[in-house]
Amino acid sequence: MSARIVAPVLMGLFMLALWEGLVRAMAIPPYILPGPILVTKTLVSDWGTLWPALLVTLTITLQALLAAVVVGVLLALLFSLSRWIELSLFPYAIILQVTPIVAIAPLIIAWVDDVNVSLLICAWLVAFFPILSNTVLGLRSVDRNLLDLFELYGASRWRTLLDLRLPAALPYFLGGLRISGGLALIGAVVAEFVAGSGGRESGLAYRILESGYQLKIPRMFAALVLISATGIAIYLLLSLLSHLLLRRWHESALKEE
Amino acid sequence: MTLVRVRDVSRVFANGVQALDGASLDIEAGEFLSVLGPSGCGKSTLLRLIGGLAEPTAGTIEWPQGRPDLGFVFQEPTLMPWSTALANVALPLKLRGLSRSDREARAAEALAGVGLKGFEKSYPRELSGGMKMRVSIARALVTSPKLLLMDEPFAALDEITRRRLNTDLLELWQRTHFTAVFVTHSVFESVFLSQRIVVMSARPGRVRSELAIPAPYPRSESFGTSADYAALCRLTSAQLSEAMAA
Ligand SMILES: Nc1ncnc2c1ncn2[C@@H]1O[C@H](COP(=O)(O)OP(=O)(O)OP(=O)(O)O)[C@@H](O)[C@H]1O
Ligand SMILES: [Mg+2]
Repeated sequence: MSARIVAPVLMGLFMLALWEGLVRAMAIPPYILPGPILVTKTLVSDWGTLWPALLVTLTITLQALLAAVVVGVLLALLFSLSRWIELSLFPYAIILQVTPIVAIAPLIIAWVDDVNVSLLICAWLVAFFPILSNTVLGLRSVDRNLLDLFELYGASRWRTLLDLRLPAALPYFLGGLRISGGLALIGAVVAEFVAGSGGRESGLAYRILESGYQLKIPRMFAALVLISATGIAIYLLLSLLSHLLLRRWHESALKEE
Repeated sequence: MTLVRVRDVSRVFANGVQALDGASLDIEAGEFLSVLGPSGCGKSTLLRLIGGLAEPTAGTIEWPQGRPDLGFVFQEPTLMPWSTALANVALPLKLRGLSRSDREARAAEALAGVGLKGFEKSYPRELSGGMKMRVSIARALVTSPKLLLMDEPFAALDEITRRRLNTDLLELWQRTHFTAVFVTHSVFESVFLSQRIVVMSARPGRVRSELAIPAPYPRSESFGTSADYAALCRLTSAQLSEAMAA
């Protein structure tokens, strides 16, 4: 096994052991800081509560990511077709992006009756911008000479889009997708917190909030572990997708041969 | 027979730069013509105008026998990195709506013609600089164009590769009878390749002088070391210096 895997795993085990050791040595009570062994036990014993919560969060995250891809790519295509549309819409996309989601989440949750829909909107708001801006950049980063070549052979706009602009934009899009995957999860969790403070039940973040109120700190940690694991899994899956799509031709997928 | 008549063509860019100022030039069907000039004198601009990729600000470009099929080779290989060599070469045929089997057969033939048999499935990043340039030439030739426009195609290559590609290009030209317009800033290259050299002045570019290179084809490496060649290079060099001073 390569050092790239061994080193962080060893480091992680060491930190966990240190954590467990400190908790025991200093006799820290579990409602202040549970040790990793207790957290693991809770993860197993509370699986019946945590698993459905994880499914809720995961569903919202994936739906938001999908919506971000669809809207982001469609908007990017629209922008590449018309400078006017881009000029008039892009500033608003930026405003949506820079407005903190915690600030608008209460409004959205108040306006939209269905909790799941409101969470989805929040997660989508956070996730779509990297896809949009990266895809716009990609669609523009086409080799000028290749564009000339397509013109020389009388290619239609549609053909140029399909055979030239889209493939050229693919690596940029995938880069945006990887960022958006993590952001969709963050957006979903933040929105769940906001909704949860208003007493609305939802996914993992709601369980964290609830555990906090009930002083079930080990369960809170278990939920936290699940969120992190989900984030890592999303990132790894999207990286794998990117690698599979680009490995034959793109510099980013080059490995020393 | 004249293929193209370039008459008093000027080109001013949006930022006010005048690249060409009344350039005139006739291109004869079947000839190998080099356009020689210092960097920035408007050679690429002229070639793009002939290729129909831009419009002249003033002047005309006439095609007495109608506008033929043409091929364009850029200074860089300009390949699609996501496509194999074969798919890159087949692109012009695809854009013209040929069926997949037809275009792949012809693309394979064109690749073989530039000495790349066996590399059909390679991606551009798996090819050397010289091989990429060959793919680019194969792509330009795959439609069997009457006119091949080349913009310093070998400028970025090393001397040895460049020489090989020069000889191969001449061989292709003799075999397939296209009209070749070859832009370069190398005196040696232009003398080695062409029947006729057009020398351009510094920007704003116009055609300063013309000279014929009467040496017979096929031209081999030995032509490149002959006294005739040296004398012609000296002559061309003098013309170029004159054009730049003017
Ligand atoms: N799109 C453009 N907009 C503005 N100016 C341009 C543009 N393209 C070229 N020019 C200018 O026109 C002049 C001629 O450019 P051109 O590319 O035709 O030169 P060239 O003879 O091909 O040079 P080189 O040998 O270095 O390739 C240059 O001064 C260049 O800066
Ligand atoms: Mg040039």
